[in-house]
Amino acid sequence: MTPITATNDFVIKFANVNGSGSASANELFARSILRMGVPVSPRNIFPSNIQGLPTWYEVRVTENGYLGRRGGVDLMVAMNPQTWDNDLKEIEAGGYLFYDNSKPLPDSKFRPDITRIGMPLTEICNATYTDPRQRQLFKNIIYVGALSALLEIDPAVIEQLFSEQYKGKEALLQSNVKALHLGRDYALKNLSCPLGLRVSKSDNVGDRIFADGNSAVALGAVYGGASVCAWYPITPSSSVAEAFMSYCKKLRTDADTGKNKYAIIQGEDELASIGIAIGAGWNGARAFTATSGPGISLMTEFIGLAYFAEIPVVLVDVQRGGPSTGMPTRTQQSDVLACAYASHGDTKHPLLFPEDPAECYEMTAQAFDLAERLQTPVFVMTDLDIGMNTRLCRPFTWKDGQQYDRGKLMTYEKLEAGTDFGRYMEVDGDGIPYRTLPGTHPTRGGYFTRGTTKNRYAMYSEAGPDYVENMTRLMRKFDTAKTLLPQPVLYPSAKTASYGAIFYGSTSPAMLEALDVLAEQGVHVNALRVRGFPFPEQVNEFVAAHPGTFVIEQNRDAQLRTLLVNDSKINPAQLISILHYDGTPITARFIVDQITSHLGAHSVVPLKKAS
Amino acid sequence: MTYLAKPKLHHPSLSKNQAGYTRRDYEGKISTLCAGCGHDSISASIIQACWELDIQPHRVAKMSGIGCSSKTPDYFLGNSHGFNSVHGRMPSVLTGANLANRDLLYLGVSGDGDSASIGIGQFAHCMRRGVNMVYIVENNGVYGLTKGQFSATADKGSKSKRGVVNSDEPLDLIGMALLLGATYVARSFSGDKKQLVPLIKGAIEHKGSAFIDVVSPCVAFNNHAGSTKSYEYVRQHNEAVNRLDFIEGREEITADYAPGESVTVYQHDGSALRLKKLAEDYDATDRIKVMNYLQEHAARGEVITGLLYFDSQAEDMHQHINTVDTPLNQLGAKELCPGNAALEKINASLR
Repeated sequence: MTPITATNDFVIKFANVNGSGSASANELFARSILRMGVPVSPRNIFPSNIQGLPTWYEVRVTENGYLGRRGGVDLMVAMNPQTWDNDLKEIEAGGYLFYDNSKPLPDSKFRPDITRIGMPLTEICNATYTDPRQRQLFKNIIYVGALSALLEIDPAVIEQLFSEQYKGKEALLQSNVKALHLGRDYALKNLSCPLGLRVSKSDNVGDRIFADGNSAVALGAVYGGASVCAWYPITPSSSVAEAFMSYCKKLRTDADTGKNKYAIIQGEDELASIGIAIGAGWNGARAFTATSGPGISLMTEFIGLAYFAEIPVVLVDVQRGGPSTGMPTRTQQSDVLACAYASHGDTKHPLLFPEDPAECYEMTAQAFDLAERLQTPVFVMTDLDIGMNTRLCRPFTWKDGQQYDRGKLMTYEKLEAGTDFGRYMEVDGDGIPYRTLPGTHPTRGGYFTRGTTKNRYAMYSEAGPDYVENMTRLMRKFDTAKTLLPQPVLYPSAKTASYGAIFYGSTSPAMLEALDVLAEQGVHVNALRVRGFPFPEQVNEFVAAHPGTFVIEQNRDAQLRTLLVNDSKINPAQLISILHYDGTPITARFIVDQITSHLGAHSVVPLKKAS
Repeated sequence: MTYLAKPKLHHPSLSKNQAGYTRRDYEGKISTLCAGCGHDSISASIIQACWELDIQPHRVAKMSGIGCSSKTPDYFLGNSHGFNSVHGRMPSVLTGANLANRDLLYLGVSGDGDSASIGIGQFAHCMRRGVNMVYIVENNGVYGLTKGQFSATADKGSKSKRGVVNSDEPLDLIGMALLLGATYVARSFSGDKKQLVPLIKGAIEHKGSAFIDVVSPCVAFNNHAGSTKSYEYVRQHNEAVNRLDFIEGREEITADYAPGESVTVYQHDGSALRLKKLAEDYDATDRIKVMNYLQEHAARGEVITGLLYFDSQAEDMHQHINTVDTPLNQLGAKELCPGNAALEKINASLR
C-alpha cells in the first residue's frame, strides 16, 4: 500500500480522553495551520461527560476551503487506549497512525496497510516532568511539537500563538515553548519527517475569522440590542448565554457608573427562562433565551402565549440529537417542526436558518428587529455542529448609525391625539397591530394581555367572528413575515441542471462541496439554500422549475420537506429526501453518494464522464 | 356579579387624591366572580391602597397566572396594563417585566392553585431573587374555576364540598416565603379590610420581594364543611337549573377586632378560623423567631395574620445584578450597540 501523499488537503483526527487538557492543544494545532494561510475545519466530537470518556477532535485541512466534514481519516493521533481498535479502523488505506509507544504493543494491534509512527510520549514526559498534572498537560503540547515536524508546520507560527495566548505570563509561555520543541526535536531526530501529508504556506484564509456559532449568536444579541437574557444550562446551548455574559461585561458596562446595560438571569428551568424573556419583551426590552430541543419542549406552552398575545421574543435553538434526551452532544436538525408549530392550537412561528457563525451573528441581530416588527417569537435555528465548533467564516460587520426597528409602537403623542387604539386591530393591512408599552399614557392605551381569545380591543371574547378575525389577521401577519425574513440563496449550476436541491443551516459546506464533486462527475444540480420559514414564493418557483428536487436534511423525518409540503403547498412527489441523522455532521461524500445512487436507480440523468 | 354596566361618568364632586385621580379611576371592569367572593374584597382593598397612596394607575403593571384570583386584575386599575399569563408562571413573567423597566410598580396576583402547585417553583425562585414586587396570593384552599378540587394549601383533615377528607399536608406559602428570602411577609383575611389595606400599602412601599397571603373564602365551593348532605340537599332542589352554574350568594364575611385579641371567624363553609392579631411584643424583624412563632401557633390551629416579617435592609434584584438606573426598555442602539470599531477588534482577535 502506497502511503497517502497530500499537501494542504487531508484529515487528521485526535483520539483523546476528556478532561486531559487535549482540547486546547488540539485547537492550537488547528490554529497554527490557519496562520499558515491554509483553511481548516475542526470538529469536536465529545461525550456528555466531564472526565474520563473518549473524545475526538477532527481537523480537516482544506486548501480549497471545503469546510464540511469530509469523512475518513488520513492521520490518526491515537492517544486513547479505550478507543484504539475503532480508531484504527477509521484510518484510510495508506494512512498514518501516530501513537505513544512507551509500552510495546503486539503486531496484531496494528494494520499492515498504514504507516505507524510511534513516539514514547509518556516516557519523555516522565523523564522531563515530576508533577503528574504537568506530565499530562505537556504531553499534548509535545505531540503538537512532533506533528509540526511531521507535517512541516512552521514552529514560529505556534510560538507566536503561544505568545498571544500567554501574554504577560512569561513562565507559562516558556514552559509551553519548551514542550513544543521537546516534541519537535525528538521527531526531527528519530522519526522520518516529513510524512506524505504536509502543510505548505498558502494564502487562502484571507480576512476570514475563526469563530464558534454560539459566541457569534451572543455577539449578534449584543449588537442587536438584547438587554435581557434568561436561560437555563443545556448542552449544546449553554455557551450562548455564557458568551453573552462575557461580551456584555466588556461591551455593555456603563463607563461612568460601572453599572450594567443588560440583565442576565439563569432561570430555575426553561419554563422560567422563556417566561422572563416574554415578560421583558412585553415590557419593551429586547429579550432572548437560548436552549436546545428538550428546552423547546418545555417552553412550548409559553411560546403559544407569546404567539397569541403577540409578544416579541427571540429563541435560539442550538439543536442536538433527539428525541427526548437523545444525543446531547451530537448534531441534528430535528427541531424544525417542533419550533415551526410550537404549542397547541393553530400556531406558526418564523424560523431563521444560519449556515455558519457569520450568519449566526447576523441572523440573531436581525431576529430582534423581526420579533419587534412582527410582535411574535422568532427562532434562530442553529445546531451543535455550528454552535460548538470553531469555523472559518467571513468577519462580523455592523453599519454604524444603524437603528433598531422597534416595530409598531403606539406613542403617548398618538394616544393623546385621540388615535383609535385597538391592541389587536388591523391597521395597515399587513396583519401587524400596534402595541403600547406599560406606562405610556395615564388614561389611554392600557390593555389586558391574555392567552384567551379577545376582540380587536383586547377585550375578552369567545365570539366566533372576533376569534376568526384575529386568527386570519395572524395568518396575514405570517405572510408579511415572508417579505421580511432573509431570502433564499441560489447556487446555480454551471451547466443546465435537471435536478434541484434544497438545503439549509449547517448542511451548507457539505452541500456546496457536493455540488462541485457532482459537477465534476457531470451531474449538474441547481441548489437553493433556504434561510427562513415561512418560505417565500421563490421556493415554489424553484421546485416548479425542476422535474425533481432533493431536500437535504439532518433528521429522520424530513422535517423541512414536511414544511414545504404543508406550508408552501408543494407537491410531495416533486421532493426527494436525502436524510442524514446519525448525529455526525453530514458530509459531501454522503450527499454525492445519495444523489448519484438516486439518479442511477432512476436513470433520469445520464451520468457523463468528467472530462 | 352583576350584569349592569358601571356608569362611566363620575360625579363632579368626587374627591381627588394628590395624583389627581378619584377613587373611581382605580376601578376596573365589573367583576365576574361569585357574589360574596373574598377576591372582590381584595380587589377593593388594592383599589383603596393605590388611591390612598396616590399611585398613578398607569405606572402599575398587574401580573397574574390562571384561575379565579388571576382574573381579578381585570377588575381593578382599569388604566393599567395587565398580563394574564399562563398557569403558575406569573412570577417569571413579572420578573422579566421588572427587568425591562424597573420604574413601574409590579403587582402580582395569584391564587393557591396557581402559586402552590404548578407555580411553586416559580414562587420560590422569584422570592429568592428579591424581585421588587407585591405578590398577593388569594388563598381559598380550593380550585374554584374547575369547581371545587382541593388545592395544595387545603388543610389536612378538611372536607371538600363533596365530602372528601384531605389527607395531604398543606403547603405553607408564608413559611416558604420566609425561608426563601422574601423581605416583606404578611398574612391577612379578605374580610378584614382594615388590616389588609395597610398591609398592601406597606408592601407597595417596600422595595424587594413583598408577599401577602390573603385568606379569601370561596363562597361557591368551600362553604359547607363536611356537609355533603347539605350540598346534596341544595342540588336536589335545583335540578331545573343548570347544576354546574348553581351559585349560592352570601354576604361577605367580615371580621373586626382589636390588637392582641384572638378571634374565631366562621368561614362560609362553617369551618372555624382562628384569627389572631399580633401580640404587642411580636418582633417582625427577627426572621428566625418569626418562623418559630408561626410554626408554634400553626400547630395550635391558629392562623396568624398581620405583618409577619419585615426586613428594613432589603435589596432587590436590580441591586443584585447591578443594572443601570435607566429602565432597560428605554435604552436604544446608541446605548446598547458597541459599534463597528469594537467589532473590528473582536474580528482581529479571532484570526
